[in-house]
Formats: sequence, structure tokens, C-alpha cells
Amino acid sequence: MVKFLPFAVAALIAALPVSAVAECGGLRGTGDLGLVIERADGAVQVVDTTRRRALCTVTGLGDLSHASLVFSRDGRFAYVFGRDGGLSKVDVLTGTLVKRVTQAGNAIGGAISQDGRLVAVSNYEPGGVRVFDAATLEMLADIPAIAADGSRGKVVGLVDAPGLGFVYALYDAGEIWVAEMGKDATAPKLTKFTGIGRLPYDGMVTPDGRYYAAALFGEDGVALLDLWNLDKGVRRILDGYGKGEQPLPVYKMPHLGGWSTAGRLAFVPAVGRHEVLVVDQKTWEEVGRVAVYAQPVFTTARPDGRQVWVNFAHPHNDTVQVIDVPTRTVVQTLKPGPAVLHIEFSPRGEHAWVSVRDSDEVQVYDTRSFDKLASLPARKPSGIFFTARANRVGY
Amino acid sequence: MTHAAAAAELPAAERQIKLLSLLEQDCGSCHGLTMTGGLGPALLPKTLDDKPDDFLVDTILYGRPGTPMPPWAFEITPDEAKWLIGRLRSWRTDG
Repeated sequence: MVKFLPFAVAALIAALPVSAVAECGGLRGTGDLGLVIERADGAVQVVDTTRRRALCTVTGLGDLSHASLVFSRDGRFAYVFGRDGGLSKVDVLTGTLVKRVTQAGNAIGGAISQDGRLVAVSNYEPGGVRVFDAATLEMLADIPAIAADGSRGKVVGLVDAPGLGFVYALYDAGEIWVAEMGKDATAPKLTKFTGIGRLPYDGMVTPDGRYYAAALFGEDGVALLDLWNLDKGVRRILDGYGKGEQPLPVYKMPHLGGWSTAGRLAFVPAVGRHEVLVVDQKTWEEVGRVAVYAQPVFTTARPDGRQVWVNFAHPHNDTVQVIDVPTRTVVQTLKPGPAVLHIEFSPRGEHAWVSVRDSDEVQVYDTRSFDKLASLPARKPSGIFFTARANRVGY
Repeated sequence: MTHAAAAAELPAAERQIKLLSLLEQDCGSCHGLTMTGGLGPALLPKTLDDKPDDFLVDTILYGRPGTPMPPWAFEITPDEAKWLIGRLRSWRTDG
């Protein structure tokens, strides 16, 4: 049952921009809803992907300059991780901020457990991971990231790992940690892998939950951990993919969150190169490269795995390219406008939503014809997150 | 040490808006939209206090090899870098 407090409704309406329509709160499912981060305003828009419109805006989420979120398993709640250490629980249906805690000074991302009971946040300051009760946001575990050399550093690439708990990497020290969450969430069991490579800057888990990959900034390569065989340790893949060439300066760190899996292939953004690397996920060997417009940031596969959409780093971030997976060639170049920050597909992939920060809009494309179907106003939009993520490992 | 960012030429008003947007949005993607740090260090007045302008100008223009900090000389002039440093030194205190 949806319960409205008159005060909360009044506050919500007062906070809405003039252009938005307050349509949150009706009886409906959440399967075709999503959230768009408005990074400069500390707000999220609730969007309806069927009617392609914004329903309402939820404000008061703090510094969202590097924000991400995960959904509860029923797709009703979003847990938003803000740069300022804020962890906010948003009710997608009513369009309200349910609860917000400031759990650290500086945070980077988070993950939700397989059973949906736990939300973990990775922090830069103080470096570590904190685990919260998803219902109450009460902190259950605090895991400082103190490396083998005694230093405390930033945590990146936090993901959920089915059957285990959470996996993440220590940026400064070059380690991968597995935090097994047993019955007692206050006492995670840690398994640490040291010397995995220099400056892991992000991580991802394969859609089947078996492998964890941490991409390295300090060297050309990716550290890979088989989560079914932790005793085998971390191995290096894509080693020396730059072949000793000097990488280009990087104006925007690539993201692995959307590192795409298209069939048995993974499409990996190369650091400091105008290339997407193609990896066979059975052998973990590089099987090809696709030359692209500039340095890739996100390589996002359409859910059917037939296309991979790529956006690019500043100052080439006005462009999106589409790679056709069977031929591994670029088949379309789109120019959505200045500062394309993120791409999200509708659950079955017929549409791609593209955030264009500097023109304050989210554009919707048909992924077959590449026609632009709609443009929705949004203030400095960055991440776009649809509730279908609730049912996917690593999201 | 004096921190007066004595820019020889102030950027034109339109360019200032562009530079501030670059600072917040693009520098901010590593240093935080509010300069409180991220993968890159915080750029608040107190964290910059012991760093001379010349060092910071060099860092902006030529990057910091061995770290993710890239060179910005392709789109920021030395005078503009000085002006940005002045803005950072008075961040949130000059209205």
C-alpha cells in the first residue's frame, strides 16, 4: 500500500522544476521505470521508458558528481551512491527520498547483495567498504582497506558476487579483496590477493557471476579472478595490449560497469588508446580490436549482444559509435551533442537512452534505425539506470 | 609565500564561464564536482596552500606523469591556468 504523508507530498511538489510533471505515486509496476542522475543538482529524475517521459524529480541527494545506484530486487527502491559519501534510498514509485545517511567523506560506488538484504559502498575516504542493511541503512560491517604494506587507500570496482558476497579492488596498493558475507553480516570473511598490478581503477563481474576483472591504469592489462576457484589466484589477461607504445593522456577514466558481454565476447575499453579490445571469455585471449573515434569510456552491449555502443572521453565526448558485433566494425556514428556521459538500453534493447550533459537533455534512439525518437529535458544528466538492473548480477 | 594568482590577462567573461564549466565538470570527474577529491586529490584551498602557483600551472598544463593527471595545454593557456588556480584558492569563499 502506498502511504502518502501530506508534508512529503508538499515538499516534493515544491522541489519540482516547472517543466516536470509530478506523476509519481500512482499504482503501477516499476519494470519500465528508471532514474536519471542530475549531477549538478543532487537530484534524480524518475522516468517512464514506455511513454518516454519524466514522471517526477527527487532532490536532496547531495554531491552526485560521480554517482551510481543499484536497485532493490523488487525494483521499487534505488540506493544512490554519491561522491560526498551519501547513501540515499529512493522510492521509485512514490518519488520520495526514504532515507539518507552520510556514511563516509568521499565515496565512489556500491553494490547490492544477491539476496537484496545488504548494500555495500566503496569509499575513497576513509578508504574501505561499508556494508548496510538494505531495509534500514543501518551499518552492519566496516571493512577498512588496509593493504599488505599497511597503507590505507581508495576502493574501486565494488561488485556483488553470487554465492560469496562482495569483491573489490584497492587502487593505491593493487590488491583484490573478496568479502564473503555469511549468515552474520557483521563478520565478513576476507580473502586478499596482493600484487595484482598497478593502479586498478575499476572492476566488473561477468554476467554469470563467475569472473571478476580489475582493469589497470598503471600498466597495460587486466587482472582476472575466477570466483569459482579462488585458490587459483589472480591471473593477468590482455597483458601488454599497448605493445609498449606510449598511451595517450586520459581525459576521462574508462568505466567497466558496462563492459559488454556479447555472446562469448567481451568488449573492453583500452586505456589511452582509440580502441576497443575484443576478448574471448572462454579463453580470455584477445581476439581482435576495433578502431574507434577516440578514447572509449563506456562500451555497452545491447541486451541481445548484437551491438556495442561506445561513448568517448573529453574533448571527443560529443559522439557515440555503434559496433556491429558479428563483423566487429563500426556501423554507425551518432553526434548527440556536447558531453555524452552515459548510455542505457531499454530492458530488451529496442531503445538506447543517451545522456547529453552540456545540452541538458536525455536522447532516446531506436537501436535498429538509429533514429532519434525523443529528447527529454534534464539538468546536467549523467548516469541513466533502468530497473531491469535489479535482476542482473553486477548491476 | 603569496598566493596572488597574478594572471597577466584575465580571460574574457565568456571564456571564464567555459573554464569554470571545464573545472567543475571535467576536472570534477576525478577531483569531485565540489573539488573535495575523488580518484584525484582534493583541490580545496587548504590542500593547495603549500603548493606554489608555478607547480600547479605546470601540473595543469603538462600533467603528472605516472598518475592519471593528463596535460591540458591543448586547451588551457598558462594565463588561464593561473586564473583557475586563483579560483581554486578562493573556492567557495569568493561567492
